[in-house]
Amino acid sequence: MKKRYTISVFTEDIVGLLNRVTIIFTRRKINIESIAASESEVENIHRYTIVVTEDEDLVKKVVLQLEKQVEIIRAFYHLDEEIVYQEIALYKVHTAVLAAGKEAEKIVRAHYARVLSVESNFTVLEKTGHKEETQALFNELEPFGILEFVRSGRIAITKPMRTLTSIMDEMENQNKQH
Amino acid sequence: MENTELLNVLKMESKQNTKRMSGAQAVVQSIIDEGTNLMFGYPGGAIMPVYDALYDVEDQLTHILTRHEQGAIHAAQGFARATGKVGVCLATSGPGATNLITGIADAQIDSTPIVCITGQVHSHLLGTDAFQETDVIGISMPVTKWNYQVTKAEEIPMAIAKAFYIARSGKPGPVLVDITKDAQFDMLDYEYKPFEGMRSYSPKYPLDLDQVKKAAELINLAKKPLVLFGQGVVLSKAENEFKSFIEKSGIPSAWTIMGLSALDSDHYLNVGMLGMHGNYAPNKMTNECDVLIAVGMRFDDRVTGDLSRYAKQAKVIHLEIDPAEVDKNVKTEVAVLGDAKESLVALTALVDKKEHSNWLNEFRKLEQEEINTVINEELNPTVEELTMGEVIHTINKKTNGEAIIVTDVGQHQMVSCRYAKFRNSRSMITSGGLGTMGFCLPAAIGAKMGMPNKEVIAVIGDGGFQMTIQELGTIFQSKTPVKIVVLNNEFLGMVRQWQELFFEKRYASTTMINPDFQAIVKGYGIETKKVTERKDLNTAVAEMLDHEGAFFLEVKVGKENNVFPMIPTGASVSEIRLK
Repeated sequence: MKKRYTISVFTEDIVGLLNRVTIIFTRRKINIESIAASESEVENIHRYTIVVTEDEDLVKKVVLQLEKQVEIIRAFYHLDEEIVYQEIALYKVHTAVLAAGKEAEKIVRAHYARVLSVESNFTVLEKTGHKEETQALFNELEPFGILEFVRSGRIAITKPMRTLTSIMDEMENQNKQH
Repeated sequence: MENTELLNVLKMESKQNTKRMSGAQAVVQSIIDEGTNLMFGYPGGAIMPVYDALYDVEDQLTHILTRHEQGAIHAAQGFARATGKVGVCLATSGPGATNLITGIADAQIDSTPIVCITGQVHSHLLGTDAFQETDVIGISMPVTKWNYQVTKAEEIPMAIAKAFYIARSGKPGPVLVDITKDAQFDMLDYEYKPFEGMRSYSPKYPLDLDQVKKAAELINLAKKPLVLFGQGVVLSKAENEFKSFIEKSGIPSAWTIMGLSALDSDHYLNVGMLGMHGNYAPNKMTNECDVLIAVGMRFDDRVTGDLSRYAKQAKVIHLEIDPAEVDKNVKTEVAVLGDAKESLVALTALVDKKEHSNWLNEFRKLEQEEINTVINEELNPTVEELTMGEVIHTINKKTNGEAIIVTDVGQHQMVSCRYAKFRNSRSMITSGGLGTMGFCLPAAIGAKMGMPNKEVIAVIGDGGFQMTIQELGTIFQSKTPVKIVVLNNEFLGMVRQWQELFFEKRYASTTMINPDFQAIVKGYGIETKKVTERKDLNTAVAEMLDHEGAFFLEVKVGKENNVFPMIPTGASVSEIRLK
């Protein structure tokens, strides 16, 4: 059964590695729903967060193929309930809409959206949350006219208490044995 | 003050171990320091500084000029497969680099250790669509184990040491180092340091003795066990350990074409070839056995047929170095991760000494059926036309299984795998996973150069021969004494066979109107012989083998002969057809 999985990939900081990661998905015609890349808590180790909706069996195989890459340190996959995750969305609307009546202001308050910037002709709102939440705000603002909308890829922290450094120590010991 | 002095002394000392040289010289020196004395390649603009550096070290590093970059990489593959060493090839940027890709993909799927070095345009021209610029890093990424672009001279020693380390360690594979022209020209202080590993890469997994124990328990309880072995046995140099394992446990053993020659063809437990055109018994028995022990093989679809009806009754044990291969195609009961040699030694210690005579006899009964229906007629035909099988049979009789056989892809390949006899490991070199036509001729050149004291026989179809026929020029120039046997049926035989069986004999684009091969080969100064009648075959093969230099033997074989047995696509291994 297809489910939403979040794949966390820990890699060396090397030019071109993102390409090596994505071709593992594209070769199997797996759609990447979102991808986010950043540094991790360990210097020179980068972390990709990739979201896909697939069968677990396939996700497991993809994770093994990821780990097979020489410069990928480890990869893990998790269901939504095993992680704490967040996305950020930005909405650009006419300032006049917000000024015109109470309706739009109510929506902004109800969704705990933040006002990032107010210009004479447009205002930028920010909402963090799960996709469903940022989408709900989008749906409510849509009748008023949205000039621009953008949503970031998911970023996620896993619930199990294993640190990256302990995983790396383990790998180092393993390599030492050979 | 003292500290500064100390630092200066240290600096001077470290300088003494280094040598000032250009990036290009460092490329060549690194290759030599990695223990390589032979490479294959083709020059061009962006790699010229390296060729210039080669000119000074010709006594330490021989460079073989092939006639096409594809020839260079296939030759490097043949060299690597025959010797177990890393094959090295060199090409220029743009078309030179892209011409390597087929061979890189072939080496990737067949786990062959190859280091490719390509020239690249000057670093300030990267991304400008400069003359002969291609993004070879991007293009080769899906088919390399690792690749890297060098833009600074001082990166070269490390990049090349790392390339060799990655190519040969763990599950071997091809790597590519792309070096910009300015990095080849710039100067550096060279010092050779072997690469000793990296935190993100574990070439081997520590053996899990609990898994070995579980595997041994299953094997000891098995009534009808079957071993399937692949190239993993060869790559981990575990031929002897493998033999000890099967001899102690008494288990019939079948091979994939990549595992062929790891076990003596006439070994009493060798029950033959798996897969689409393999032997009758091991395919049938795959769906009869109770425990299936796979050693260093990856359950390729050409081996398994329909996966949903593959060995469903059996408990599967998989000895494998690559975690991504475990449970990829066939679900395992027990996976033993690690190097085949270590795993086999540990497993052999725990298995009971047994003979499975009745079970083995069942294989022999099915084998007899195949001999009566297929093999006798193929090796000793009663029809007028020559068969591919009888040519291989004649070679067997004269070489006593001591030759290295290199094949191309198609009917002659399946016939060679089925009928050639082997006494020594690394004696069958064939393009297994990718099925690359044109592989044979250049791979045979590399194999012969790697193993000059061995007879190397290239067996090729008339189609594949013409895909890399230009490498006759390499043989001519380098005077490499390879024996070339072209089995000419004036068809792309394997495709024609499928057209006959599955496309109502609609022979679309499979007829070959061939040139006079004798005249072409003679043009390259190579001795030739053509056989069209059975009575001439023996003496022609003898003449070929007795001849000191390269020799070309063309044999006209039956135009519309088929290779059987056969598992049609989508069928189960147990549905293997004898005719």
